[in-house]
Amino acid sequence: MRLRFIAGEVWNGLRRNSTMALSVALVTFVSLTFVGAAALTQMQVQQLKDAWYGQVEVSIFLCQPDAFEENCVEGAVTTVQQDEILAVLEEGNVADRVESVYVETREEVYDNIVAADDSGVYAQLEPEDLAPVLRVKLHDPEQFQVVADATAGLPGVQSVYDQREVFDDLFSLLNSATILAAVLAGVMMLTAILLITTTIRLSALSRRRETNIMRMVGASRSLIQAPFMLEGAAAATGGAVMAIAGLWLAVKYFVEGWLTGSVAWVDYVGREDVWAVAPWLILAAVGLALIASLLTLKRYTRA
Amino acid sequence: MIRFDNASKVYSRGARPALDGIDVEIERGDFVFLVGSSGSGKTTFLKLVLREERPTSGDIWVAGRHLNRLSNWRVPQLRREIGTVFQDFRLLPNKTVYQNVAFALEVIGKSRRDVKATVPEMLELVGLAGKERRLPHELSGGEQQRVAIARAFVNHPPILLCDEPTGNLDPGTSVGIMRLLDRINRTGTTVLMATHDDEIVDQMRKRVIELKGGQLVRDQDRGVYGLETV
Repeated sequence: MRLRFIAGEVWNGLRRNSTMALSVALVTFVSLTFVGAAALTQMQVQQLKDAWYGQVEVSIFLCQPDAFEENCVEGAVTTVQQDEILAVLEEGNVADRVESVYVETREEVYDNIVAADDSGVYAQLEPEDLAPVLRVKLHDPEQFQVVADATAGLPGVQSVYDQREVFDDLFSLLNSATILAAVLAGVMMLTAILLITTTIRLSALSRRRETNIMRMVGASRSLIQAPFMLEGAAAATGGAVMAIAGLWLAVKYFVEGWLTGSVAWVDYVGREDVWAVAPWLILAAVGLALIASLLTLKRYTRA
Repeated sequence: MIRFDNASKVYSRGARPALDGIDVEIERGDFVFLVGSSGSGKTTFLKLVLREERPTSGDIWVAGRHLNRLSNWRVPQLRREIGTVFQDFRLLPNKTVYQNVAFALEVIGKSRRDVKATVPEMLELVGLAGKERRLPHELSGGEQQRVAIARAFVNHPPILLCDEPTGNLDPGTSVGIMRLLDRINRTGTTVLMATHDDEIVDQMRKRVIELKGGQLVRDQDRGVYGLETV
């Protein structure tokens, strides 16, 4: 009986106040779209990190004959120095973080440089002008600094280079996009809460006669308040559904339909990621409505 | 049934008290008129009984409950034991007679079967059988007040509070309403009625409690409206 009663009240409330309900749904839609976009961007960043960091290496450049770095005062790296550096990586206290070490010989380094050089500038180089490079693969690429600290000061090490630096610009761009989306989402959420608060207040005022009678005949406070809370929650959930649909369409047509075709070497977020975000968006919508209700109802439907 | 023990109510600090040291006891099954001019404290008295307000000092018991100690979430339980009727009827304009009375049962969680059984019985009691499907604006003032009484009494509360129930009605219609309240009182329901209607008070010859400036100035069995002026 009570459920039927509450459902009837909610339906009547939404019908009588349909424009307000629509505006609540729309503002929730926009704010949750930003929240969802921020979440998907972060998922994209994580996905790229997982995919790319697995392939990147730390490169330890050993001293070339003409190097002037302080570890290279004795000239080109010696075999003894090289073995000591290898020993640190493979048996020292960073050994458990190192997955593998590949020693790229002078000749291989030379071949790679020449192969990549279209201009011919490096043609006059000889393999003897270069030094071997140690390509180190780490279990966890984030541990780069530890490995760099352990090796950078060793005699014979000219420099240590982390390929992750290549991606940092891209990641900081994506992170900025996330922050922007999150800030916009925050502003829109605040707007949503204020709008839902106003809606509930209007709804409660327009049904004062009903709620007064309910109080008078001894209806419980929760029964008096439930229709208003559910009304706000229903409208906000409508907005969340729209946001999920919007994100789904954006991923399907923009990411999967266009980006994947034009920039194919990147692994993109997919529609399944939208489904992963969806329950949280609905929860957020209900949460918004609840916060707004709590802010309002105490004053308008007192016991 | 209702007991005020040196109860006072001051709305804002420094102001004259709306009720000042009231001591009164109303027994089960009593019919009591609460009289006094506007601002004498009648409405505050009713609000205290309903626990819409709390006393500033003193104690109040209603239907076996000590209202000073009643927590907010228990107030609905108290109100289910008190029916309330107002001067302005307070019906829901878009609901029929039947729906207005049923509403009071629905919101306290009565089953559909209970509602279907009780509402027609109650409409019969107040003399509105056959008018179930009318909307309030299709009824006369007296009939609207009967709907309001049916709604207040449909749950058979032991106490019925009436705040100027005949204030908007002509004398002939008022008599009908008073007969109805008297009938309800005879079922054992305690009726407490605030009124300005001296004719009715004089005719009914029930207990009269008179308030003046927030103080109880008269408590008389089988009293009349304006004893002091007679």
